[in-house]
Amino acid sequence: MTARVGVVTFPGSLDDGDAARAVRLAGGDAVRLWHNDSDLQGVDAVVLPGGFSYGDYLRCGAIARFAPMMESIVAAARDGLPVLGICNGFQILCEAHLLPGALTRNQHLHFRNRDQLLRVESIDTAFTNSFSAGQEVLIPVKNGEGCYVADERTLDELEATGRVVARYLGGNPNGSQRDIAAITNEAGNVVGIMPHPEHAVEALTGPSLDGLGFFTSILKHLAGAPA
Amino acid sequence: MARVVVDVMLKPEILDPQGQAVANALPRLGVDDVSSVRIGRRIEIDFVGEADLDRAREIADKLLANPVIEEFSLRVVDAESDAVDSRP
Repeated sequence: MTARVGVVTFPGSLDDGDAARAVRLAGGDAVRLWHNDSDLQGVDAVVLPGGFSYGDYLRCGAIARFAPMMESIVAAARDGLPVLGICNGFQILCEAHLLPGALTRNQHLHFRNRDQLLRVESIDTAFTNSFSAGQEVLIPVKNGEGCYVADERTLDELEATGRVVARYLGGNPNGSQRDIAAITNEAGNVVGIMPHPEHAVEALTGPSLDGLGFFTSILKHLAGAPA
Repeated sequence: MARVVVDVMLKPEILDPQGQAVANALPRLGVDDVSSVRIGRRIEIDFVGEADLDRAREIADKLLANPVIEEFSLRVVDAESDAVDSRP
């Protein structure tokens, strides 16, 4: 059976189309989910795409967190549903307290848009099991508020428990503490990543095909590979 | 009308690049005796009836501020005269 991966569209989402396409290229069925519905339609995993949900008003992701679809996702994630938040999706996951910390204005105040080298440090999550430990990948980063911050204790704990999923290499694009580009929750079923794997899935439009691994990992995970 | 004013500020330990950018611009105005600028947000909530501080605190805690990076304070304000009934 083909895995059904939900992609949520909020008002202001930009990368929902690309995320759905990446799911299909990886071999899954993309199921479009609407922010104002609460029915998850029985999907096996969810992607929260990048963009500017609700205009980024108040704080990035702060209002999206209270969307009916998000309430369903938060409950399902606590029961183990794999959830990948990309860029704005990462911000939403932090605002929803599914991931610790917060994403703040880039330290240099510039919007940063470039191809970014990352090192995948944790391959035990539902979204990174297709990679090898320490693998370097090239995927685009594009954010204005991607500076990951958390208190020292949280950062220490993330590192000690192997929950830093990816780090920036070759220059930190936004000032994130400890060069953190992606993290996961304790169970490993929720991952937030600031760069955009869905923009690196085809030779025509991306700098590499490295992003595809995040989506093939979902299928591998659902097929029963150890999470 | 009963108004509650909520002030949201970044916690002192969180870097405020906006505030820094403003502070760095001050010398261009000829101001050279400012050591720090930090930028926050003021939110005015108008209740239909009596000002409900507890409800306002709940709104601030759940939505207006992110406790990971921000702190907030509340006060009731007389919206007509703008006289401040100060409550930390």
